[in-house]
Amino acid sequence: MSPPAPGHALAQGTPLAAPRPGSGRTGRWLALASRHRVALTLAFLVVFPWIAPYQALAVNILVLGLYALGFNLLFGYTGLLSFGHAAFLGGGAYGSGIAIAHYGLHPALALVAGTLLATLIAAAMGVLAIRTRGIYFAMTTLALSMCVYYVFYRAESFTGGENGLRGINVPVLTLPGLRLDLLDPMVKYYAVLAVVGGAVWLFSRLLSSPFGAALEAIRENEGRAQACGYDVRRMKLVAFVISGALCGLAGALQAIHLSIVPIETMHYSTSGQAVMMALLGGMGTFFGPFIGAATFSLLQDGLATLTSHWQLFVGAIFIAFVLFLPLGIWGEVLARLRRTGW
Amino acid sequence: MTTGFDRRRLLQGSAAASALALAAPALLRSAAAQGGPIKIGFPVPLTGAFGAEANDQVRAAQLAIKEFNEAGGFQGRQAELLVRDDKLNPGEAAGRTLELIEKDKVNFLVGGLSAAVTLSINNVARERRVIYNSISQSDAINEAKDFGRTTFHEALNPHMTAGAVGRYVFPKSGKRVAFLSADYAYGHEMVRGFKRAGEASGIEVVADIRHPIGASDYSAFLPRIAALKPDVLCLCNFGRDQVVSIQQATEFGLKRNTKLVAPVLLFTSRKAGGEAFDGVIGGTSYYWRLEDTVPSAKAFNDRFRAAYNGAVPSDYGALGYAGVRSVLEGVKAAGSVETDKVVTAMEGLKADFYKGPQSFRKCDHQLVQSVLIVESKSKGLKTPDDVFTILGTEGPDERFLRGCDELGHKA
Amino acid sequence: MNDISIGGFPLDLLALQLVTGVALGAIYVLVGIGLSLIFGLMNVVNFAHGAFFMVGAYVGVFLYGYTGSFWLSLVAAPLAMGLLGLAVERVLVRPLYGRGIDDPLLLTFGLSYVMVESVRIAFGLTGLPFGAPPELRGAVDLGIGYFPLYRLFLIAFSLTVVGALWLFIERTSFGLVIRAGARDPQIVQVLGIEISKVWLAVFGLGCALAGLAGILAAPLQGVTPEMGIPVLAEAFVVTVVGGMGSLAGAVLAGLLVGIVVAMTSLVAPDMTKMAIFALMALVLLVRPRGLLGRAGALG
Repeated sequence: MSPPAPGHALAQGTPLAAPRPGSGRTGRWLALASRHRVALTLAFLVVFPWIAPYQALAVNILVLGLYALGFNLLFGYTGLLSFGHAAFLGGGAYGSGIAIAHYGLHPALALVAGTLLATLIAAAMGVLAIRTRGIYFAMTTLALSMCVYYVFYRAESFTGGENGLRGINVPVLTLPGLRLDLLDPMVKYYAVLAVVGGAVWLFSRLLSSPFGAALEAIRENEGRAQACGYDVRRMKLVAFVISGALCGLAGALQAIHLSIVPIETMHYSTSGQAVMMALLGGMGTFFGPFIGAATFSLLQDGLATLTSHWQLFVGAIFIAFVLFLPLGIWGEVLARLRRTGW
Repeated sequence: MTTGFDRRRLLQGSAAASALALAAPALLRSAAAQGGPIKIGFPVPLTGAFGAEANDQVRAAQLAIKEFNEAGGFQGRQAELLVRDDKLNPGEAAGRTLELIEKDKVNFLVGGLSAAVTLSINNVARERRVIYNSISQSDAINEAKDFGRTTFHEALNPHMTAGAVGRYVFPKSGKRVAFLSADYAYGHEMVRGFKRAGEASGIEVVADIRHPIGASDYSAFLPRIAALKPDVLCLCNFGRDQVVSIQQATEFGLKRNTKLVAPVLLFTSRKAGGEAFDGVIGGTSYYWRLEDTVPSAKAFNDRFRAAYNGAVPSDYGALGYAGVRSVLEGVKAAGSVETDKVVTAMEGLKADFYKGPQSFRKCDHQLVQSVLIVESKSKGLKTPDDVFTILGTEGPDERFLRGCDELGHKA
Repeated sequence: MNDISIGGFPLDLLALQLVTGVALGAIYVLVGIGLSLIFGLMNVVNFAHGAFFMVGAYVGVFLYGYTGSFWLSLVAAPLAMGLLGLAVERVLVRPLYGRGIDDPLLLTFGLSYVMVESVRIAFGLTGLPFGAPPELRGAVDLGIGYFPLYRLFLIAFSLTVVGALWLFIERTSFGLVIRAGARDPQIVQVLGIEISKVWLAVFGLGCALAGLAGILAAPLQGVTPEMGIPVLAEAFVVTVVGGMGSLAGAVLAGLLVGIVVAMTSLVAPDMTKMAIFALMALVLLVRPRGLLGRAGALG
């Protein structure tokens, strides 16, 4: 009997979210690590700029990691594959970028503005898209996000259109009792990390809440979750909007980091990037998105410095990953650890 | 994946990072300014649709570096080119520019090959007070909003190019003009340039159609234009869009009644488009046959041929050379690599590097230079690179630029 | 007829625009069918479809340079892409059966990078010029205006291919297996037919159609390594609008998209690209399974 065609397994997902405590030593360690996942993630991120090739790349990875984390809430934890998350990253980026470049808002307020705009876009897209399922959901989000793309493309006086939005310059960040020189890349990294760390903590709290458990129930078996009395559609919508808000925050940070917002941020290829990073790192794992973002960026950056034919190698490595490391890097690490532990 | 390369980079990264944490950044910058090579960061789209142009830019820029070093450099310091792939993506370009400034501590930046990318590099560079000489066409970079004292623009801009082509074509080919332009700032800027140039010859705009950038088919726009039978059709688009729209306009028989005009006629586009380009008129900053009349062009081509197996430089390639050369000549004239002094020196630079006299205008640092009017041909070529006839040259003149007031610069 | 006009546009022009839309749609139909077949049967989202389109065009143009025969290219390009498709299915896609929908997606995405970059290495970055063969050049007076002969050929040829494909799927025993496999692979398996062979054949067929579309499109725009990228998005739209796995749906949707593009170009030219995605969003929201798609099977 040959196995079913690909795709039928999507609804099942891969139960990697939390390492089950085992009887072995590794199992105990994993359980401990899982309890302190936020602290461990942050510990890694605190050290990260010291080993990254350069700080601007480290900030990029931080931001993309948050983007992948937000995406992972929907994809890895709820089992919904979206191809429209670029609209939220872009919405957040334009929201904060416009707030700073056109209205001279304080960066902290700009972050709120960006996240709000992304949340609104996510709510509007979510209400429409949540009615469809499976690959149709992916296609609906793709089509809607491209409509958003064109709206921003055409609103040239606000967004700069094809030329992109420029002038999001925040050389110094002044907070009560604090003055940070953001032109110093290390300072910028830790300032961004402070925000990302907060988001990661919130995200972890969300996952451990009953709501998080319900999302995983939906991923494992939507019908059963429905039968258990969950309002599945509403929960999906809420997950979609929260996911969008997290990605929006990532976009808002990216705008400040790069001091520009390119229209490409909203293009569907950027949505594809989220899928790639989540899969590379390990979908449905807490730390996976950051590993995925780091791998994705370091690969592209390193290979592009080495050869102008970097796409050949990136492509080949992707193929190899799918064939030999289907759980993603972090997913595979967890699976190995668990195996050796028992 | 974990090759020695990655590890080395990781080590370098961490070393740089700890150095940075120990020393104040300002201290580092002045340390970099005193010894070691003069570093020029060069972000260009090595991958993507303009890879061929970008590779040519790199080759020509290397030539400028080589000449500088062979002439003894500056106070014993050699120049060094740090090439980065911006992937034709403004976000990637911003990240690479940050890398070049923060990690590699470049003294200057030259590069860019699309308006969006060039504006992005400029935004990052001006905030950190690093001189950036753009070699990509854009009108926006001249405007006060994007301009910084460290911003220079070596390339032509759409206003100059379209203007020169319009002033040449409209009196000769007729007054009924149609536009098919890419719907983004660059396309709009070219249309504006044409319309201004056309005011003098009293042109009548019969159609002004905007197509989405990167459209793979233009057939849907062409029947309408063909029905209008304009005297001139201006295709205000670039690169691949230009190749496809010219090919399809030819296919729809537009050449029977209409003169096709492409404001920026690229050497590489013409080679990719083949004989469909026959008879198309356009403008360019440089074409190698300029060597027949301009001695500095001859000298530049000869050096380029000698270095690269007899190949001739393309238009955008030549800009790579000139962009780097302008900065290095600025260093020599200033007697320093300090930003402020080099800016002042570049403002005063009057030179003839490869195409005749050129100089930067003070208010917006736009290079005042000649525009070549060329016509594409595919018969009777002397060499496969002999694809254009030079119809005329509009000499360098500030009158052909938009005024400083209009751009928002205070006197 | 010239004095009649609708919405300010003469009737002649509208008719000509319609023909333009149909010619555009002919290419959409061919790329759409290939993607739709593969998706409908195997649940594989082939992100390398645009790359097959592009490589097909290169193979055709390259052969044309050697043989001087466009007709030979027209046969060889789909054949070569079909063979390449078979190899890809056998070696790369088959190990993924039973896994999620995202694995083949990621794999074919990687594959498209490899294919595009290989072409860049082999044929250079700038692309190759290519025009219609001499016997198909020039424009024909349709009574409503001149129209390029090659585009008329394109319409006729695509119609023939679609007709042949329809006969193959509706009238042959192998076609019956394909139709059955799209409905329920398990049942087909139980009946003693090895479904993996069907999938192999369908993947090859889909890639061959992409290659054919590529060489047919080459005279319209020349060939470049990036020519497949917009095509992939357009093919997705056609597949979704028509209904995944539906042959008739892909034909209907392909023509519809072509005509929508042509008409938008007339009324609001700068909106043409957005119109495609707006159409897709509209169809998905009103009728998620597409115009002629079946319910249930993939939801």
